[in-house]
Amino acid sequence: MFTIDPRRTDLALEFKRRPFGPHSPELQAVLNVLRGSRHCQNLLLVCTRPHAEWVLAEKQPDGLPPRLFSDPVFGSREEAEWHAFRLRWEAVTGAKLTV
Amino acid sequence: MSVPMPRVLGYADPLSVAPGETVRFMVGTLDGPRRYRAEVVRLVCGDTGPGGLKTVRLPTPIDGEHQGTPQPIDAGSYVIVERPEAFADLTRFTLEAIIQPTRVPVRPAPRPQMIMGTWAEDARAGFALLLDEAGALAFLAGAGGGREPARASTAAPLTARRWYRVRADVDLAAGAVTLSQTPLVEHTPSAERPVTVTARFGPMAPTPGGAFFLAAARRGMEDGRLRTMWHFNGKIDRPRVAEDERPVAVWDLAADVAGDRVTDRSPHARHGRTVNAPKRAVTGHNWDGSEMDWRRAPEQYGAIHFHDDDLHDAGWRPGLTLTVPADTRSGVYALRLEAEGGPEFWVVFYVRPPRNGPRARAAFLASTATYLAYSNYRARMRPGAAELFIGALPMVDATDLLLMHHPELGGSTYDTHSDGSGVCHVSRLRPIVNTRPTGWLWNLFLDLCLLDWLEAEGEPYDVVTDDDLHAEGTGLLAPYAVVLTGCHPEYYSREMLDALEGYLGGGGRLMYMGGNGFYWRVSYPPAHRGLLEVRRAEDGTRAWVESVGEYYHSSTGEYGGLWRRQGRPPNMLAGVGFVAQGFDRSSYYRRTAASRDPRVAFMFQGVADEMLGDFGLAYGGAAGLELDAFNPSLGSPTHALVVATSEEHSNAFQLVNEEMNVSFAGADGRFSSAVRADLVFFEHPAGGAVFSTGSIAYVGSLAHKGHDNNIARLTGNVLRRFLDPTPFVMP
Repeated sequence: MFTIDPRRTDLALEFKRRPFGPHSPELQAVLNVLRGSRHCQNLLLVCTRPHAEWVLAEKQPDGLPPRLFSDPVFGSREEAEWHAFRLRWEAVTGAKLTV
Repeated sequence: MSVPMPRVLGYADPLSVAPGETVRFMVGTLDGPRRYRAEVVRLVCGDTGPGGLKTVRLPTPIDGEHQGTPQPIDAGSYVIVERPEAFADLTRFTLEAIIQPTRVPVRPAPRPQMIMGTWAEDARAGFALLLDEAGALAFLAGAGGGREPARASTAAPLTARRWYRVRADVDLAAGAVTLSQTPLVEHTPSAERPVTVTARFGPMAPTPGGAFFLAAARRGMEDGRLRTMWHFNGKIDRPRVAEDERPVAVWDLAADVAGDRVTDRSPHARHGRTVNAPKRAVTGHNWDGSEMDWRRAPEQYGAIHFHDDDLHDAGWRPGLTLTVPADTRSGVYALRLEAEGGPEFWVVFYVRPPRNGPRARAAFLASTATYLAYSNYRARMRPGAAELFIGALPMVDATDLLLMHHPELGGSTYDTHSDGSGVCHVSRLRPIVNTRPTGWLWNLFLDLCLLDWLEAEGEPYDVVTDDDLHAEGTGLLAPYAVVLTGCHPEYYSREMLDALEGYLGGGGRLMYMGGNGFYWRVSYPPAHRGLLEVRRAEDGTRAWVESVGEYYHSSTGEYGGLWRRQGRPPNMLAGVGFVAQGFDRSSYYRRTAASRDPRVAFMFQGVADEMLGDFGLAYGGAAGLELDAFNPSLGSPTHALVVATSEEHSNAFQLVNEEMNVSFAGADGRFSSAVRADLVFFEHPAGGAVFSTGSIAYVGSLAHKGHDNNIARLTGNVLRRFLDPTPFVMP
């Protein structure tokens, strides 16, 4: 199975600059892992003020409502995508992501 | 953390009205009675950004503040036999059925699931054959009056999705019941053995009479309405009741499949009716795969599949009633509701032109079948692979979250029931949270970009709906020079397809302004007003997969699934058909050599650019979300011109599975030229023509730079030529 090389912070930077595709094949492979079933299929973005404010939430099993996280509050979808990316990168690789 | 959700909800009936006709609004509040404000507006543009939302207020007598009260929704399907006297005074009797439970036990909060009986929780009286909290076969009987009911259980939980013969032989006078659950032999081996348990509980008098239920028990009456509980998840086949071996009722669930009647084959004619549209035309315990059509082997389709979250008619009382003023212009309208402490709630309805009055020359055909198929879409809020196919985090707002806090609102045809089976019925007779001008830029919200552009063009238009088209056929469209679809007319009944074909056959001009249109076959069940049925059979991009052997619609007997699999691919009507989808970023079209053909010179007047639509509200481009391509092998007319084709799609765009017989690598937008939207034009023999955008995102580009851009200009050119009565000539 493909594993993420935590030294490839260039791919993280690519995502930070352009969270919505197209992505390089190498970044796409990273995203397939980070968004895949082995790790994180549970994140949701909740818009709390139209066009202005978003928070992350965690989807729940058995039809239960998502659990919303009050912190951080994002001013754009891009910010939220980057935060989720970093959370997952660090969870999957065990390495702090500093870019 | 929590976010304030709407505190007042509602729905409209009927959905489409002409001036002078009356529409009723069923309004209910959440968390107790409260005051709410109401106003009627015409929707012109959705909330696409600051200054985006455009509405025009329609002054009406129902504007203003009102007192609202909660209105319950009794979700969960069942059969009720309203012959209380027939099931009273039973002393020695048998309850028997063949069942396939699908949710054992109920999680996260285990509860009983009723198979059959008269149990009434409010009186603590009646009898019931049921599954207990652990999922074991159980019996319950009580005479009320505060006495403790008799209970018995096999204490052997059943296995989900296996068939069992279940039976209770009851002797109330002796105070005994023998329960037996016998697993049926299936192709998959099982170590389960038959279980028989006899329990004694002391002599009892016969239980009082009461309505007899399959798949639910009576909870009581609330505000004059029956409330039910303990809904069963799964199939019930051949239920019967006998007294001293003589039949009391023998229900034939394979009869009257299209309707709500449940026929008793015993001499007593103790017929029942279904409530909340359980799934009929489903395989029974003896289905052997030799027949796929329930009409050809009814003896193998003797079951009904019940779900605890089925819903047909919420049955709310009207809160407000509006007679649409006679001079009201046709349009998409909404009753905007708002109560203190929560965001607004939009109850969308449609005002069609006067039935015998003047018409505009252009008609917008609102995709109400598709809006309904997507209604109360909650799959994005459940764990799953959504982020992988979206290519971004799924996004919702507070109004969407209502669905997860109020499961009784029911799901969409993109959701699964609580037992994991697909939702094949959706109803408009309930509050719908996601047909609105806000939230997810999709369906109606995105279609409003088209209406906003028509307004900017100064072109008068009427609004008619899929529901109207299904009911009235070609005659609905015949008065119009041009008909514009929405951005995603995905769900089509045979009647609707025939009507559009008939319109084109009469010289009509069709502007198919979207992607993934004319894709799924649906039916409007004649016996169930307000309901839509879809069976996701065989192939296609499916939110769930239809159960094998259940591909035929219960309501009409039609074979379900893709029109592509039924000899009518969308390509035949529109010149293009669905090939790919992705939801992270939209792209653009590039003009082809065919765009220089004199036949389409009208289209490109004032359009000098080679790249079209490299901008837009729908994720940055006109070619995106869901894409259609030209394909003569699927029926795209060979004389059609592909005047532009999209390119540079992202990795999130994947070729759809019906486009690949064998899975292969390189099928995404970065590698495959098959991942594209084609902009297509062709003439019809009767002087009409078709223009197809092949992309859902297209209409999101119309407003760019104040509607001054190449997409708006090209679309305007098409609209004006299509309004021109000069016949198109076949090449």
